[in-house]
Amino acid sequence: MSCIEQMKYDLLLERISFKEAREYIEKNSDEVYYVNPGYKIFKDYYVIGVPPVAIGAKGEDLIFTYVKPCHGTFVMKIKSPEEIERLREKEKKKVMESLKKGGKSDDAAESPAASYQDLWKK
Amino acid sequence: MDKPGTALLVMGCPEVPTQTSVVLYLANKLNKAGIDVTVAGTDAALKLTKVADPEGFYIKKLADVDETIAEMAEKKADFDLVFAFMHSDAGVVYAATIAALSQAKVFALVFGKNAEALAGTIEFPAEKVVAKATHNPTPLKNKLDKALQQQVIA
Repeated sequence: MSCIEQMKYDLLLERISFKEAREYIEKNSDEVYYVNPGYKIFKDYYVIGVPPVAIGAKGEDLIFTYVKPCHGTFVMKIKSPEEIERLREKEKKKVMESLKKGGKSDDAAESPAASYQDLWKK
Repeated sequence: MDKPGTALLVMGCPEVPTQTSVVLYLANKLNKAGIDVTVAGTDAALKLTKVADPEGFYIKKLADVDETIAEMAEKKADFDLVFAFMHSDAGVVYAATIAALSQAKVFALVFGKNAEALAGTIEFPAEKVVAKATHNPTPLKNKLDKALQQQVIA
């Protein structure tokens, strides 16, 4: 069991498809960041998801997907300014690296994909 | 591709009976081909295989699926072949996660009532083995045999 289930969380959506969860996060967050599956949040949760995986920030809340094999996808929110800051820093770093390379980034793990298909083409 | 040496079998939710049967069948087949097999799944899926194979005759290595993903994300583990079993959207999501983390050749084993429609949602690179099998594992087993023959595994 991941540490997330022992944290104070709110369930925003339950037992939906991953696609619906991503759309919800994109529509209901102030900021949206895209990470690859396996991105670690909190102490030990490695994000499960179809890339690009959307993680949202709204105020101090981190909004993210949580997938359980027998129950589908959940959208959760947990108050975590630290995780939001980490995402912002990661994004800044990515932009800076991209500028240094003349606007081109060859790091698939760090580049946000324009679409799902683009990510697999890299 | 060189002869594969390792394989990961990823089980989805065990509510469809076909899965456990085909996992044991496939593990046996890969063992006989000299491939080191690890089977990953939820607690319930692992218990089903443990009870069916109490001596570990077919399955030598069992692992929690989330811990396996963590190991792969930390680049502490990878495999030559991945066989991901799925009959639901969550199963596809787990398979996509593993496909994104692994360098392995991925086989997506899609079964259950809505196998064809579900297979249509798979966009990650994988060889799809699709059969509308819920209680009877034979249609999935037969298609898997064909896919393995093409890979010269069996």
